[in-house]
Amino acid sequence: MTEHTVKAFDEDIHGLRALIAEMGGRAEAAIDDALTALARRDDALAAKVVEGDKAIDELEAVIERKVVEIIALRAPLADDLREIIAALKIVGVVERIGDYGKNIAKRVPLISHRTSHEPLSLLPAMGQIAREMVKDALDAFAARDAAKALNVMARDRAVDDFYNSIFRTMVTFMMENPKTISESAHILFIAKNLERVGDHATNVAEMVYYAATGHQPPERERGSDMLDSREG
Amino acid sequence: MADMPNSPTKMSARNVNVFYGEKQAIKNVSIEVGMDEVTAFIGPSGCGKSTFLRTLNRMNDTVASARVEGEITLDGQDIYSSGMDVVQLRARVGMVFQKPNPFPKTIYENIAYGPRIHGLAGTKADMDVVVEQSLRRAGLWEEVKDRLSDSGTALSGGQQQRLCIGRAIAVQPEVILMDEPCSALDPIATAKIEELIHELRGKYAIVIVTHNMQQAARVSQRTAFFHLGTLVEYGVTSEIFTNPREVRTKDYITGRYG
Repeated sequence: MTEHTVKAFDEDIHGLRALIAEMGGRAEAAIDDALTALARRDDALAAKVVEGDKAIDELEAVIERKVVEIIALRAPLADDLREIIAALKIVGVVERIGDYGKNIAKRVPLISHRTSHEPLSLLPAMGQIAREMVKDALDAFAARDAAKALNVMARDRAVDDFYNSIFRTMVTFMMENPKTISESAHILFIAKNLERVGDHATNVAEMVYYAATGHQPPERERGSDMLDSREG
Repeated sequence: MADMPNSPTKMSARNVNVFYGEKQAIKNVSIEVGMDEVTAFIGPSGCGKSTFLRTLNRMNDTVASARVEGEITLDGQDIYSSGMDVVQLRARVGMVFQKPNPFPKTIYENIAYGPRIHGLAGTKADMDVVVEQSLRRAGLWEEVKDRLSDSGTALSGGQQQRLCIGRAIAVQPEVILMDEPCSALDPIATAKIEELIHELRGKYAIVIVTHNMQQAARVSQRTAFFHLGTLVEYGVTSEIFTNPREVRTKDYITGRYG
């Protein structure tokens, strides 16, 4: 991409992208570490994730100030303007992704070490897809890459399918094992959190697509939503 | 063919070429200027935007080496036809320049001069009405009503520019051309001119040449981007500044030009 005549403007934009990359990296790590903590039942690692969320919140505030400053000082237009506005919206979403990591981590100590059932073994795979969606959405943002953003949107269905599958399994399991229903509910919430991470990564990808092209992304086929069907 | 404006066409240019001697300053420009809109011409220095603006009331006639080809119409009438009275044309299509250029006469006479030579006011009382109306429309009346016999050149730069706009308004034009009207003014005087443009919209078709892109964004409904004598893109201002179609437009408005 051609550089701005005013080099300081390029520096501002690169600085903003670096901050968002850092914030996104921390949110990805929060999801990753929370799931590792869950798999190993590592309460200390889980506590670290909860603590680390403050840094993500602080980065959000820093980026918001930076965006306001760029608008005030540089008066960005066209694709620059769309990128800056997308940045402002994206940090709000990334902050939520970080919250989901924290929320998963908070549930780790509440799930007994003895618990071991099938959905628990599905969560790491589901989490990996969601986390990669977050990473790729933010990479697409940094590169203004509309094709990559579309690719992220297409993957949301896989996360939804995982969630629907876990939901059904957990409902069956809870009916058969009413004594562990509290733990099972926590596992279900974790799956729901990961499903929301996928949705948020998709939202980021949609904003990236708009920032890069100036158009809304094309309508895509969505995964089945169990709230739309009777069986749910 | 350029996009059509949203309001009825007031002026239309088709396949216009302008030459200064051998050098071609405008290359095959076609554009429609809407009656109820402010149209902004933007582009880097030397892109031809001011030259093109001047073709709209035949100001280039005063440049010996200038030659205009193509067709420019006002209400469908060819302004370069032999039957066109250039003095009348310039009353119908008024112009405000970069540097405020009031006559070295009183404020009153600055406004009254045009209507007098065009016979628009029969009596002193009629002329008083014309002067007051014009100064009110130019947003200057309250500031100068008690000193109409002061010299126009004694006013501040911003007031002088509004006096020049009042002078253009006084001869009841249909179109007002503005060639960087705020480039010599401070931000407050600029804001007053922009507010005035907003108020005049609908009464006159307005075409403004500006180097200040934020100004084009603030005052206009349609924006035309000129580059190297060609009209690169012409469209709705909000779209030009958020999602231009042409890479050259984008590079210019985002500050990546050259």
